[in-house]
Amino acid sequence: MKFATNKIIISAWLLAIISGIFTLGSGIVEAGDPNGSATYTDSIDGLKYAVNFTWTLVGAFLVFSMQSGFAFLGGFLRQKNMLGYMAHCFIDSTFGAVVFYIFGFALMFGGSQLTPGLEYGNSFIGWDGFFLAGRSYDVQTIMFWLFQMVFATKTVSIIAGAVAERMKFVPYIIYSFLMCGLIYPIYGHWVWGGGWLSTLPIGAGVKDFAGCACVHTIGGIMAFVGAWVLGPRKGKYNPDGTPNAIPGHNLVYVVIGTLVLAFGWFGFNAGSTLAATDLRISVVATNTFIAAATGASIMLFVQWALTGYIDVPFICNGALAGLVAITAPCAYVAPWAAAVIGLLSGLIMRGAVWLVEVVFKVDDPLGAVAVHAANGIWGMLAIGIFADGTYQGVTGLIMGSGWQLLAQFIGTIVAIAWAFAWGAAVFFSLKYTMGLRVSELTENEGVDVHIHGSPCYPVEEEFLTPLTGEAAIDLEQERKQLSLLEEALSKDREREKIYSEKLGRWVYARIKTEKNKTK
Amino acid sequence: MKKIEAIIRPEKFNIVRDALTELGYPGMTVTEVKGHGSQKGISEVWRGRRYRVDLLSKIKIEIIVKDADVEKIVNTIINESQTGSIGDGKIFVFNVENVYRIRTKESGETAI
Repeated sequence: MKFATNKIIISAWLLAIISGIFTLGSGIVEAGDPNGSATYTDSIDGLKYAVNFTWTLVGAFLVFSMQSGFAFLGGFLRQKNMLGYMAHCFIDSTFGAVVFYIFGFALMFGGSQLTPGLEYGNSFIGWDGFFLAGRSYDVQTIMFWLFQMVFATKTVSIIAGAVAERMKFVPYIIYSFLMCGLIYPIYGHWVWGGGWLSTLPIGAGVKDFAGCACVHTIGGIMAFVGAWVLGPRKGKYNPDGTPNAIPGHNLVYVVIGTLVLAFGWFGFNAGSTLAATDLRISVVATNTFIAAATGASIMLFVQWALTGYIDVPFICNGALAGLVAITAPCAYVAPWAAAVIGLLSGLIMRGAVWLVEVVFKVDDPLGAVAVHAANGIWGMLAIGIFADGTYQGVTGLIMGSGWQLLAQFIGTIVAIAWAFAWGAAVFFSLKYTMGLRVSELTENEGVDVHIHGSPCYPVEEEFLTPLTGEAAIDLEQERKQLSLLEEALSKDREREKIYSEKLGRWVYARIKTEKNKTK
Repeated sequence: MKKIEAIIRPEKFNIVRDALTELGYPGMTVTEVKGHGSQKGISEVWRGRRYRVDLLSKIKIEIIVKDADVEKIVNTIINESQTGSIGDGKIFVFNVENVYRIRTKESGETAI
């Protein structure tokens, strides 16, 4: 029965897409400039278009490569949940793109008039450019869509790390749909699509060059709410609230993932000029890397001082913290300011890890909250402090004007409130309708086998048997045994953990007894 | 002296170990093993094609104890690791002829 309803939902979804493609694709008559002949001319102006197209598209490709960086960060997780995490990342970048194509883009940039075919919209929401059909079937608009789509799908993936190892799949798809279709586009419209935050009459309006608020704060705060509503992984916290370490399975992936992300970030930030004729791109790219380098360097010494070890996972997170923090200010600040922003971002990330893990008791396996939320906020405020007035006239505190800082502060508070409200609404409603968390058995054996049907790293061939005819009967038996096991394991929740003086650690005890209580 | 060899579910290992620690035991050797009894194993899917993993991961615990302690340890293992589903594992008890401690050359029960 369960499988049948799933199939119905899937076919309805496909039908909606296909019918949309056919109805809206028929508006070819009123298309903008689908082959570029009206945009390009054999002149200097035409060449400007060509070079800017190239730049933006290369930026989009680089940002797309960041998705593999995100997937690699799954090395922070346990082996048994790797496939589940990568599935989340992968559907974000494919399913999320479909949602963004159908209506996310229209809500975000309708009315911005940045490119042809985006005329209708007000300062709160846009409604032009659905399906990239009609007037928005234009080379400029479609180039712009590609660049924005990869941003949207990155935003959705941020949360995958925070909810990893324990979230059901269907609620994740629903979250992904809402994030790509409503939460991200509407806030993005306010800042990037000509909405009310960008036209705020304070300073130069809220400035967010490549997405500290739009991407990282929104994604990070959603991740925080998601991880909080889901609850910690089994074994993460002792009964007295002290956290345990749950080591990941492959630090090679973590290091590679961080490097791939840093590489993609050049496209993320420098590509956000959308123009290679804007020669500020060299400053943007350099600032991006300087912040990453200083963020990683400070974590090297901080962790060395704190633990006596060169803590590679934390150095990687420090680099990511610097990259996140520089995302918004990269175009407006000088390299020295980028170095300062990066240094502080490392410290902020370390502080936020402690805050999230020890104070709020939220289990965030990949550190998405500490890296993205905390540094997204810091990056937004950093514009108001360090902007030196050399780009688009944005001036910060160091130039003696506090107005920009106020504008940034308003933009950040709105982002936090928006993401928190949506996060609470989405995750609590999913929790009390279909449930967010996988069963005890699934969590024990890993989501890979139980949700995705195969471990991420399958066993050796010798141990396998292909299933033949009589398999159907066995499958029923298998399900019966699994449900028995599931029931038995769910009783483990009633077990009390007690502190053993002898061992100096927490141990499992039998179901509560008088003897244990007196200990 | 007896050797207790218990094959249990991996997901129950932490609980069993903690319970044994509370009880007190001389020492244990733990191996990750693969095998099956009457449990057929669970089926998995590889690109739409079902297959079965015949040999499942289990944990083998080996403990050498004095004769008097056997029942206590065996009962603890059973109580903690029983789920009632096929695949809970088995416990074997063997006689042990002698035990030597390499460090001190002691032998017999004091060497356990």
